[in-house]
Amino acid sequence: MKPPPFEYHAPTTVDDACTLLGSLEDAKVLAGGQSLIPLLNFRLARPQHLVDINRVANLDRIYERDGGVAVQALARQAAVEDSEMVARVCPLLSAATRLVAHRVIRNRGTVCGSLAHADAASELPAVLLALGGAVVVRSSRGERTIPAGELFAGVFETTLAPDELMVEAWFPAIRESFSILEESRRHGDFALAGVVRAGAKLALFGVAPTPVLADPRDPARGLLPSGDLEATPEFRMHLVRVLTERAFAA
Amino acid sequence: MKVNGVEHASARGPRRLLSDHLRHDLGLTGTHVGCEHGVCGCCTVLLDGAPVRSCLMLAVQAEGHNITTIEGLTRDGQALHPVQQAFHECHGLQCGFCTPGFVMSVVGLLAQHPNPTAQQIEEGIAGNLCRCTGYASIRRAVKRAAELSPSPRSGERRAEGET
Repeated sequence: MKPPPFEYHAPTTVDDACTLLGSLEDAKVLAGGQSLIPLLNFRLARPQHLVDINRVANLDRIYERDGGVAVQALARQAAVEDSEMVARVCPLLSAATRLVAHRVIRNRGTVCGSLAHADAASELPAVLLALGGAVVVRSSRGERTIPAGELFAGVFETTLAPDELMVEAWFPAIRESFSILEESRRHGDFALAGVVRAGAKLALFGVAPTPVLADPRDPARGLLPSGDLEATPEFRMHLVRVLTERAFAA
Repeated sequence: MKVNGVEHASARGPRRLLSDHLRHDLGLTGTHVGCEHGVCGCCTVLLDGAPVRSCLMLAVQAEGHNITTIEGLTRDGQALHPVQQAFHECHGLQCGFCTPGFVMSVVGLLAQHPNPTAQQIEEGIAGNLCRCTGYASIRRAVKRAAELSPSPRSGERRAEGET
């Protein structure tokens, strides 16, 4: 339960971080570390290099932009949870953040980290998808914006290239009804299944390799969720139907 | 990094977890290590006043920051910190293994919510596992700790008062 050997880099600017990511083989970005360090401790991840971005200055802002909320790479989930601006502009994001693990984890964990880690059972990727948000990624080659619909490629996989750093996530403002509901065995655990409603749109999490958009009238159609010790595929389908009904009844 | 107000040498290598650095290099064995993947909460310490898991941080990441461990909440021979006093009064422990982590989490909880509701208490301690008590006495201890804390954010101030 100790991290495997790695070379440690602590750049202080985004440019330096991008240069490192562009020149090193097999490098991983370390931000909050609340998913990556357990993976290292379990030896499920063995990157040769860790690029720790925590020393990069001016990368922890949460601000209004283009009719939505921008959350930079080092903004902690707890800061987003406590932000009055986020509660006003995108209250769905505030509500979702409170469901991420526990406060002690959120003190360190980042919103961009949750998106880059892309755990299919986590809340924030589904929120980004339901809202139609986007992320901004940077590399030595330049900057590009990836819409949520093109970000999640598979289990723990995004469409970021190995040399790209996610510098910001952007969540559109929401004025319609919204809801995020999940079922987990214990408070703060990953969801067995969850639903995010943003107006008429519905995104599901925990029931496919990535978060997915679904038809609110028939949310379980086409789903093939996996089964494990905690829930059978049938139970996950059942949860999707019940949670969707509740989300739209609210 | 500063630990409980005292400047300490850096960890020897980047692989050293903060939890191991505190225990093995600095001898601060009050910070307990349970699961080493962020689930049990036993290793919770304060990073610049806010509770974090020390097993989910590299020691090198704490350079330039203030760490407070259970040893830093009060000095030997002085009165217990209100949260420690409350756990003592309400018997919020049995074997005691999880207790330092609970105390540090509750210090953070009371800094955020000086008069926590029942639900805020539930959520505030949900990240810490206790296999002995069944949590009833711990919930009582949190309530009592809120009563004993002289003013809002006292836990955090006391913790940082060492620095």
